Amino acid sequence: MVLNGGRGGGHHRLLVSGVAYELLRFAAMLALTLLGLIFITFLIGRVVPIDPVLAVVGDRASAETYARVREELGIDLPIHQQFWLYLGKVVQGDFGTSVITSQTVLHDLRQYFPATLELATAATLIGVLAGVPMGVIAATHRGRWIDHVTRIVGLVGYSMPVFWMGMVGLLVLYSWLDLVSGPGRLDIAYDGLVEPVTGLLTVDSALSGDWDVFRNALSHLVLPAGLLGYLTLAYISRMTRSFMLGQLNQEYILTARAKGVPERRVVWRHALGNIMVPLITVIALSYASLLEGAVLTETVFAWPGLGLYITRSLFNADMNAVLGGTLLIGAIFVCLNVFCDMLYRLLDPRART
Amino acid sequence: MRRLLLGLLLSATMLSSPVLAETPANTLVVAKNIDDIVTMDPAEIYELSNSEVAVNVYDRLMGLEIGDMANVAPKVAESYSVSEDGKVFTFRLKPDIKFHSGNPLTAEDVEFSLERVILLNLTPAYLFQALGWNQENVKDMVKVIDPLTLEFTVSEKYAPTYVLNLMSTVTSSIVDKKEALAHEKDGDMGHDWLKTNSAGSGAYSMRSWKANESVIMEANPDFRLGSPKIERVIIRHIPEGSAQRLLIEKGDVDIARNLTPDQIAGIAGNSDVVVETYPKATVYYLGLSQKVEVLRNPKVQEALRWLIDYQGMVDTFLKGQMKVHQAFWPSGFFASLEDTPYRLDVAKAKALLAEAGYPDGFKIQFDIANTQPYTAIAQSIQSTFGEAGIEVTINSAEVKQALTKYRARQQEMIYMYWGPDYLDPNANADSFASNPDNSDNSPSKPLAWRNSWDIPDITAETRAALQESDTEKRRQMYLDLQAKLQKSGPFINMFQESEQTVMRKNVKGFFSGPNADLVFYREVSK
Repeated sequence: MVLNGGRGGGHHRLLVSGVAYELLRFAAMLALTLLGLIFITFLIGRVVPIDPVLAVVGDRASAETYARVREELGIDLPIHQQFWLYLGKVVQGDFGTSVITSQTVLHDLRQYFPATLELATAATLIGVLAGVPMGVIAATHRGRWIDHVTRIVGLVGYSMPVFWMGMVGLLVLYSWLDLVSGPGRLDIAYDGLVEPVTGLLTVDSALSGDWDVFRNALSHLVLPAGLLGYLTLAYISRMTRSFMLGQLNQEYILTARAKGVPERRVVWRHALGNIMVPLITVIALSYASLLEGAVLTETVFAWPGLGLYITRSLFNADMNAVLGGTLLIGAIFVCLNVFCDMLYRLLDPRART
Repeated sequence: MRRLLLGLLLSATMLSSPVLAETPANTLVVAKNIDDIVTMDPAEIYELSNSEVAVNVYDRLMGLEIGDMANVAPKVAESYSVSEDGKVFTFRLKPDIKFHSGNPLTAEDVEFSLERVILLNLTPAYLFQALGWNQENVKDMVKVIDPLTLEFTVSEKYAPTYVLNLMSTVTSSIVDKKEALAHEKDGDMGHDWLKTNSAGSGAYSMRSWKANESVIMEANPDFRLGSPKIERVIIRHIPEGSAQRLLIEKGDVDIARNLTPDQIAGIAGNSDVVVETYPKATVYYLGLSQKVEVLRNPKVQEALRWLIDYQGMVDTFLKGQMKVHQAFWPSGFFASLEDTPYRLDVAKAKALLAEAGYPDGFKIQFDIANTQPYTAIAQSIQSTFGEAGIEVTINSAEVKQALTKYRARQQEMIYMYWGPDYLDPNANADSFASNPDNSDNSPSKPLAWRNSWDIPDITAETRAALQESDTEKRRQMYLDLQAKLQKSGPFINMFQESEQTVMRKNVKGFFSGPNADLVFYREVSK
């Protein structure tokens, strides 16, 4: 009893300290990454050859007005002082106000990030659901027509400018065939009908059971998500193919086949199972890069997302907004990293220490 | 697998079959690039797209109305008078004007609105600072006489039209004092709240502005000139002209504002839409920094005037968007100089360069914004200058970046635009033909300063024209100034802008005046 209890308690403590250690490690990683990001973005902000005061007061303000804003922005202070001031505010959850939207950066990110999240998630779903099977089939049918088709699909996805594909997509599917809706996230008739909860219009409208809005939001989402999904697919299918080819030559596959394991099981279970770790890394990275916002796609489709927000802020030297956006992206990268780490351990016994 | 993909695609498109594309009958939907909007407070508004909203949302003492773009007339004012010495202006207000909140519009609101421009000291404050108003004296300079009478004093005698023109700018928009103060924070006179809300008495009230998304305006049935014809105006942010083209052709928007000349040409055959051209007051010029020795040479300056293919550009990639205009004050207004003496003449330019001592040309750095049509203009200039042996290096950059360089006087040659803040010639003369202090620390940075053009005599002439109260004499003074700058000096004025707007055939009554703050929606019907 005592022994048992003791052992159990010890195991429990070990587990707790393990979790605590992991959490600590995660927090430290997050803090370090974000600190580094703030520092580098800050430096970049200093070397951008754009006068940030111009974004606030424009080209013709009087010297008096100019001087006041310059002082308010704190640009006259030495950079290390500016850095500490900003850091102090961020720690308190104050990311400052964007000079170009007149809103707090937090408010802006809450508004623009969901649009990007919705687009990126839909695109990644398309890319993974179609790309992984395509890559696997291409690998098992290496050199046959289906492999070539996959390669061509990938090549087109890689080499066509997304801007151009977006325009052609709009012209054909929206303008000519009337299959999807045009630029924007909703038709104006549906604007403001659904109370934002998550900010993802498809999710919010489904939650409130407003299916007209849902259909409309979906009809706006299909084309840009399909387009970005296609690019993701091109990348993921190529990577899956090359990972699979690496596995299919391995001896354990030969053994499995020799043992008479059905081919389907050999491919989809043994081989695919073994490439899961690198594949998840690839998927996570492509998801993360979509979450940064796709500036060109957002421009063509008038999609008010993070990419446009950060780009426009940068061109106006609106550093609060740029820093806030960069931090958000940094945090996403760290979180996805940790998530992948956890998945590895789940999938790969060797990774469990 | 393929069947699965096909199935997915089909179900996605079927699920999402959109409603028939047509905008609601009571709503006007406008596609426009509105990423320049940074605020909606009239004391801060300075960009184009928000000026356009403000003129529909706020009223002013004076202003231009549809039908007469030449003469400033009373709007909220019923009448006005100017004292003998030209320094005291008295305005009698129209009775019974109400703000959107229902509060009556009185002289107190006007006083509050004018004063807060100076007290807040935001971008456009310089317009009123020019009247001698500052944070210390403005409360004495602007006074309420009775609920419907306002009086203000200016520090010097100016041409009355200049002062009245200032009272017709966006900056002079009349804000609902009670409403603004109800939302005051830390003595900001409602500034923070007014950045994203409105408190006006104009034809429309602003329901919302979402940066990079939309502006929504609702009709004000009690508007001074009667209820607007259309109930709601939605300006959607569509950054790309090509996307705007698809939307307007499809009927998903009623008006598209940012199509390029080739996109306009592309819809010429579509009978569902019409294209309207509205002349604008923005002028485009080449600035030659006088810090650069060769550009100080008058013969070189003249040679360069003969080395630009003005008409060639206007006939091709600028078609419908620009017209040749070679004076600093735009054509079509009081005191406009309409002469366009220069055209591309390489032989003449070469002869002038030889006379100047540069028979083989010279090298020059050229700054320009990195968007169209600027890049095409830069290439045209590079090639025609090249014909005379002048080697042009183009530095294209983000417009704010080019502007930063320009304001630090680090450029050699630059192509830029200038839009007047108000439609009195002083708005341009004060920048092109005035440079009170050419030192690096000059408090003001007019265009003449940015090009290091030290001109005490011309600055004095500009000042004299500003103070001349005889209209005919004043007109002649501005004509002389323009003629002088057309022949010599660092400015080669090249073009004046036109806006091409595409509308669905059923849209009537849209009006876009020469400035951004003269775009009216209240007469629109469909």
